[in-house]
Amino acid sequence: MTWVSAIVHGILLGGVYALLASGLALMFGVMRIINLAHGSLALVGAYMSFLITEHLGISPYLSLAIVLPGALIVGYALQRTVLERSLRAGPLVPLLTTFGLLIVIANLLQYFFSPDVHSLDEGSIGLKAISVSNELAIPWFDVLTFGVAVVVLVGLQLVLRYTQVGRELRATAEDADTAELVGINARAVYARATAVAVATAALAGVFYGMRSGFDPNAGASELLYAFEAVVIGGMGSLWGTLVGGVVLGVAQLVGAQINNEYFALSGHLVFLVVLVARTALGVRGVGFRIRFVRRSVA
Amino acid sequence: MSEHAVAAPAFRVERWTWVSVAFTGGLTGLVALLALGPVLLSENSQNNLIQLYFLVTLAVMWNALAGYGGLVSVGQQGFIGIGAYGAVFFSLQHSLNPYLSMLIATLIGGVVAIPVALVVLWLRSGAFAIATWVIAESFAILVSLDPNPAIGGGTGTSAILPFNLRYTPEQRLHYTYWAALGTVAVLLVLLFALLRSRVGGSLQAIRDDEDAAASVGVRVLLGKGILFVIAGAGCAAAGAIILAWQLSILPLGPDSIFGINWTAKMIFMVLVGGIGTFEGPIIGAIALYVLQTYGPNGGVWYFVLLGGIAIGFALLLPRGIWGTIQERFDVRLLPVGYRLRQIGGAR
Repeated sequence: MTWVSAIVHGILLGGVYALLASGLALMFGVMRIINLAHGSLALVGAYMSFLITEHLGISPYLSLAIVLPGALIVGYALQRTVLERSLRAGPLVPLLTTFGLLIVIANLLQYFFSPDVHSLDEGSIGLKAISVSNELAIPWFDVLTFGVAVVVLVGLQLVLRYTQVGRELRATAEDADTAELVGINARAVYARATAVAVATAALAGVFYGMRSGFDPNAGASELLYAFEAVVIGGMGSLWGTLVGGVVLGVAQLVGAQINNEYFALSGHLVFLVVLVARTALGVRGVGFRIRFVRRSVA
Repeated sequence: MSEHAVAAPAFRVERWTWVSVAFTGGLTGLVALLALGPVLLSENSQNNLIQLYFLVTLAVMWNALAGYGGLVSVGQQGFIGIGAYGAVFFSLQHSLNPYLSMLIATLIGGVVAIPVALVVLWLRSGAFAIATWVIAESFAILVSLDPNPAIGGGTGTSAILPFNLRYTPEQRLHYTYWAALGTVAVLLVLLFALLRSRVGGSLQAIRDDEDAAASVGVRVLLGKGILFVIAGAGCAAAGAIILAWQLSILPLGPDSIFGINWTAKMIFMVLVGGIGTFEGPIIGAIALYVLQTYGPNGGVWYFVLLGGIAIGFALLLPRGIWGTIQERFDVRLLPVGYRLRQIGGAR
């Protein structure tokens, strides 16, 4: 790979990270919690897709017709059983319970699927590429992934801006108590947000699984990449996560271009540099706030 | 003010009670007795107790962060790894005495914690958690890329050589036993003294309400920084002892010396024992030790159980075993707080 192709592939890789990051950012934006099990839930999506493709003989794309509704239900149930109670117990408890989930999920996956690396078959599109020059070929699958990410982000944005559900979500994110005063059921809003977040995670997990192999512990790195994309993206608007994902993807592949082993490390480094820069510029932890809400000036 | 003001009830500030005096004295006696372990106990029991000692060390350190600083770190394994690898490095590369190397590695853990603190302490809850994890992962990757034969890259390294050069296996067991017990004792005394000092008052204020504490002039970041550095050194010390205990270490993977499973164990111990209490983590470490001894040790179901129980405690018994006992029976065995007792009048 040349430098140019590392950058181009990095940009496209950013789509997967943006997809992963959007759900994490959505939950943080609405409930102020960071779901440490987010990457693990993405991974569960990939494993479910694997099971379905194995047993029904359909492609991973078609398996989404089962995986995504399943993820919505899982997300809804997760909110109603574990997260809702955690939220009431103070700011630290959601971290502790979602970390517990991360450990439980990684080990259950290891039990049911063995520690071996699995992968999903991306189909014939995996063999096709747009050849730009001798040294640069852009795989159609990467373009597809990036396109899916953009469609999901635009879709989320439109839903948040223009639908009743979106308005309720924004109102609850601003101020849950006041939202309840005007008749919004905050608990239901939270459950819907988590359901959507888990579905986007599962979608990201399936695409991630088609891109590269995954093992039961991949949930941890998927979480870290998603979070890094959110932080690098800065303001935390949905487009911010896309920018963050792209920067992270480019950093990783440029790092890998120097030495294959630097893939994750260079991403971590860029994340830490952004973190330090934000601190130095006075954007403190308190200001770390993901805004899905573009406040309309009346 | 009413003219018929009721006489203000008189209070006295109570720190020690006879229960806590007796218990603290008893605990000191117990530590002295345990120091005789290599003389009195079988090899097997000494090995088991070493394990208990480093678990207590880890639990106490994690609780210092989460229970007093409100800092949920998911990256303390970074310091465990630094302690273990530091000890290998100095004893193998520079041929220093392995126990001296362990001490140096402990101090390095504390020193490394300072720049890390400067990066992460500004962050709140979830952001802090993931940032510490990213830093721990980065340490692990850097170590795994180090071609130095003492470090061994991704295939890990072993401290068999430096230990065998100087000690028989029996001596190694005895000295490691004392090192592990000494570490626990020193850290507990240090933390006890810290929490009873002026800084301790501000730490407990931070634990109870960070914003309120800051508004009355508590230097929140300084307090958190002190805790973070102590926890960095303490976890490095535990890592060095783990090295002396298991000899071989790996850098990558959840079960490695830099592995996330250490955090799973720490969270389990602190949640089960009682977060934010001084005694809780000790009880939690004993609980984990019992689980490992009588239930599955290592492997898939061990960690499923660990995570599941931790979630259960977080949701159903958030104060843990000791916090619940404390609340119900109003006892403090190791007094780090102040209590007001009304003198005379209705109690």
